[in-house]
Amino acid sequence: MWKTIGDPIVNVSSRYSALNIDSKLMVGFNNIELISDRAPETNFREIAECKKLWPDHAIIASLMVDTRERWHEFVKRAADSGADGIELNFGCPHGMCERGMGSAVGQNPKVIETIVGWVMEAAEIPVIVKLTPNITDITVPARAAKKAGADAISMINTINSITQVNLDKMCPEPYVGGQSTHGGYCGPAAKPIALNMVQSCAADPEVNLPISGIGGCSNWKDAAEFIALGATSVQVCTAIMHYGFRIVEDMCEGLSQWMDSKGYKTIEDFRGAAVKSVTKFENLNLSYKRVAFINHETCIGCNLCWVACEDGAHQAIDLIDPEANGLDLGPGRLPGVRIPRINEDRCVGCNLCSLVCPVEGCITMLDVETGKDPITWKQYQERLARGEVEPIPAHP
Amino acid sequence: MNLAPILDEKQAAANMAEIEPKYTQQEAHIEAQRCLYCFDAPCIKACPTGIDIPAFIKKIATDNLIGSSRVIFEANPLGASCARVCPVSVLCEGACVMLDRDQKPIKIGRLQRYATDHTLIDNDIPVLFAPEKKNGKKVATIGGGPASLGCAAELAQLGYEVTVYEKSKEAGGLNTYGIAYYKMTPETSIKEVDQIRRLGVKIQTGVEVGKDVSIADLDKNFDAIFIGCGLGRMAKLNVPGEDLKGVYDALDFIEEIHTQPLHTVPVGRRVAVIGCGNTAIDAVTEAKRLGATNAVILYRRGEEHMPAIPYEYGLAKADGCEFQFYTAATEIIGENGRVKAVKIAKTKINDKGRVELIPGSERVEEFDMVLLALGQEPYVKELKSFFPGLEMDKDGNIVRDFATGRTNLPRVYAGGDGANGGREVVNAVAEGKRAARGMHDDFFGEKVVGPVQATRYGMEGSPPSPVGSGFDWPVRAPELEKEYYKTHPRKERSTRRVPIN
Repeated sequence: MWKTIGDPIVNVSSRYSALNIDSKLMVGFNNIELISDRAPETNFREIAECKKLWPDHAIIASLMVDTRERWHEFVKRAADSGADGIELNFGCPHGMCERGMGSAVGQNPKVIETIVGWVMEAAEIPVIVKLTPNITDITVPARAAKKAGADAISMINTINSITQVNLDKMCPEPYVGGQSTHGGYCGPAAKPIALNMVQSCAADPEVNLPISGIGGCSNWKDAAEFIALGATSVQVCTAIMHYGFRIVEDMCEGLSQWMDSKGYKTIEDFRGAAVKSVTKFENLNLSYKRVAFINHETCIGCNLCWVACEDGAHQAIDLIDPEANGLDLGPGRLPGVRIPRINEDRCVGCNLCSLVCPVEGCITMLDVETGKDPITWKQYQERLARGEVEPIPAHP
Repeated sequence: MNLAPILDEKQAAANMAEIEPKYTQQEAHIEAQRCLYCFDAPCIKACPTGIDIPAFIKKIATDNLIGSSRVIFEANPLGASCARVCPVSVLCEGACVMLDRDQKPIKIGRLQRYATDHTLIDNDIPVLFAPEKKNGKKVATIGGGPASLGCAAELAQLGYEVTVYEKSKEAGGLNTYGIAYYKMTPETSIKEVDQIRRLGVKIQTGVEVGKDVSIADLDKNFDAIFIGCGLGRMAKLNVPGEDLKGVYDALDFIEEIHTQPLHTVPVGRRVAVIGCGNTAIDAVTEAKRLGATNAVILYRRGEEHMPAIPYEYGLAKADGCEFQFYTAATEIIGENGRVKAVKIAKTKINDKGRVELIPGSERVEEFDMVLLALGQEPYVKELKSFFPGLEMDKDGNIVRDFATGRTNLPRVYAGGDGANGGREVVNAVAEGKRAARGMHDDFFGEKVVGPVQATRYGMEGSPPSPVGSGFDWPVRAPELEKEYYKTHPRKERSTRRVPIN
């Protein structure tokens, strides 16, 4: 993917900032950099040079201009340079949107339709529409792109953000001489938002377009998740900015090894395999029950599960005297130290304890046989209205 | 030839520099962020003073160093020195749950130093405060060591007027005069004393109780007396030649290091240290670091019996000190009134578990300095004359209630080495603190607990006891462990009890 080409802009200094969590750097990443600040002729010439050197590799030219004439011109120049496809940048949430481009387009389905229409008039190579996540329902702009004849969509562009405030200067980062501006957020911490949107479009029969997954993809597992939720390809940028192109090697090998272990021969063997498991809440089975189980053989006694459940969930863990309850002390237990035990009557199976437990495999969530027939909220409401079921009592 | 210093100023200073340098901000962050922030954490229980360790570590991670330091000093007014001298591997760090996960405990001691240095050493920021309105009660402490300071700081924060009587030039006791220099310089101890002085505690140095001030005066002028006298001279070896020049009480040698420039401290070329406790290790290591060619520990029992903790032992070995186990000095041989050699016999442990010399095994090894580190003796004679009727056990330790410091005499409390027979600095601080709370209970009927973790303790279903009550035993004490597991067989031995190297 080539850096977005358009009429040259002027950038500011500085441009990036990061969300660090503890010692983990760049968990989230933010930029206020605009599209390419180099002349279009330079970019198109270099695309041609690259295609000459690496004819087997696909190059997609990202484009962003304003008028119909300019779109026609740039689409043609991209094709002439040898680019294999075009991506329309309808997502940039800073700077360009103030000039009526980028996310200003992506946030307006009507405008998407119009511009994609212009592009399709001139395009002889595939056209991908890159969508902004800074909207309420991603499927609406995706449907607009489809309607206008786009060949594919890609998502997500960056999310509006302020990553941090410098508390000494009382100014957010990135710092531009005493000021800052809203930036575009990406990186590993943005992945859940991207996955949500990719799945939404993959599951929407009215969209029905190939999806290039973008947003926090940093390794083969991330890539496999995007693909499992319907992406036909993935794009990586922040992780490359952090660690360099060398990470691509493991992305390929790791994905390939994993696919071998699962018996998948091609991406298509598992692409979209997890899409259908995501459903509306009203279709979830209300009779399904799981509870937490704490393995005292591996419990190290940090009690993080206890305090999390006690203060932040359902008070379903007791701290008990192991000896009085006939339990083994567990590793490293000191005499007189209480151990956490799940109170299954109170446990709602929320997962919180298993999420905070720092020991691998110590807290597992177990399926419980409830003996109840499966019933969804939707069915429950219908049957309730028909008087076929008793109301489920409120949680005590 | 008389003993003389060996190293020049630069070399001596380099050899005696603190072995664990202070963390940088980033190092502290990385280590603090490793902490799991356990609830009701085992490290708190393993700390005799019950510092809320996860709380102070979390505050380091958020750059709230003043708050972090406050958490430490409120629980332990000698928190800066304990950060350096505590045998953490058998206390807080030995109880760290990380030992059961990935083997590396959080470096609690070094983090504690990082936080306390910020306020006490580097920036002189006060974190302890005493109420302006006093409660009208006056307390005197005998001695100005860790136990008395622990007691005085706690009392001052409760509104008492406290006077500390210390016979030396500086208060702080062993913290000021008796800790290996490469672990802690006297500066830290003196600043801690200053912090306590600023709570309004009167610290009378150079004043010896029984000589400069009488017990009758104390009795008349104060509502209660805390005996924090510690222990006295090192026990004698009781062999010929002990009075020769060049034979030192190991603590005197260590004190010299603390009271005069390092490069002026006389040290032998071949130094024998008799005993194998933590003081012996300090002495032998310091002798080696000050230029001794050979620094040798002579110990009557084996490696597995020595009171020194594995960390200290490892430190001395890494410095090139030599350990001769199952050896006893039977005579110190002199020449012109000075030590020339030591007659050494081999020993064995007999059926009764006692040490026995092996006849005919004696040999003579040349030494020019002998340091005795056989354990300090209690002040039995002095205490008997000061407090006729004060109950002491057969070893001369003051008998007191562990939880409150109460002795059998009214208005007299005790704690620290003089009562516990000689333990860590942190134990002494804790005992002083407990005695202060015992007094407060006796005077006002108020029970002080904690420090309590900031959470919902005491509610139904939550653990009933406040944290910080403290196990107050080394969590790795083998005998305790053995005793416990006699009746509680365990399936698997935990890594949390394996000595850390």
